[in-house]
Amino acid sequence: MPLSWYLLVAAVLFSIGLYGVFARRNAVAILMAVELILNAVNINLVAFWRYRTPESSAGMAWAIFVLVVAAAEAAVGLALVISIYRNRDSVVAEEMDLLKN
Amino acid sequence: MVEQIIFIIIAVLTIGSALVVVTNRNLFHAALALMVSFLGVAGFYVLLEAGFLAAAQLLVYIGAISILIIFAIMMTRRMMQTTEAPYNTQWGLGLIAAGLVLAILVFVVVGYWPLPPDASVYLQTRTQVSDAVIQNSVVELGKAFVSPDAYVLPFELASILLLGALVGAIVVAWPPQEEGEA
Repeated sequence: MPLSWYLLVAAVLFSIGLYGVFARRNAVAILMAVELILNAVNINLVAFWRYRTPESSAGMAWAIFVLVVAAAEAAVGLALVISIYRNRDSVVAEEMDLLKN
Repeated sequence: MVEQIIFIIIAVLTIGSALVVVTNRNLFHAALALMVSFLGVAGFYVLLEAGFLAAAQLLVYIGAISILIIFAIMMTRRMMQTTEAPYNTQWGLGLIAAGLVLAILVFVVVGYWPLPPDASVYLQTRTQVSDAVIQNSVVELGKAFVSPDAYVLPFELASILLLGALVGAIVVAWPPQEEGEA
């Protein structure tokens, strides 16, 4: 199976996530789309590791670090959403304009 | 041949549920589809013989992040009725931009640009490595994470990042204190 199969699937997943980030109004939905993007990147990392340098641990290590950062991002992002919901009674991204003006 | 069929099944599952994630009006259904998508990615890791990453994907993404997202959806449920518009006014532009990114990525991956097709590394098939190398890769990864020659510094930084992020998340989500109560 050529490497390009994995890269194509990851590219499609990345673009779907990108569309979700651009188009969704709900902040939680935007965070879910970001998780899709990070997963697409991880597929790429692991596929390149397996096809190019299976004897090195660099590719796997990168994928683990992406996983860690994704977990941290989800925790902080969802805490922010809940905090904003509590203060503004809204989770719509375009209504989060506290820093405007 | 079997591997290709499994790959295509997993790819259809992953991409199909990813589409549900970004299009479904009901956020809860979108979160469930996101879990299916994570499961598909774990399947890719198994196909790529990265068993440790597949297990980590199951634990961290399906076990932790999905549950966190579902909690957040339930806590903010009242605001997001399914009757409300799920997309902002610029979703058309977003679709065009995402389509353009996809077109560029496919162009690069298929190998017509910027490399000529015959110079492309993307068409290479997987080199067979022995089971010992695959099993050893987890051992090597564990050693690399604590080795001063490899990733001990990023590893410790990652733990500090996680600690900071989780403490920060608690502080941010803490209910506002009444005057005099603190």
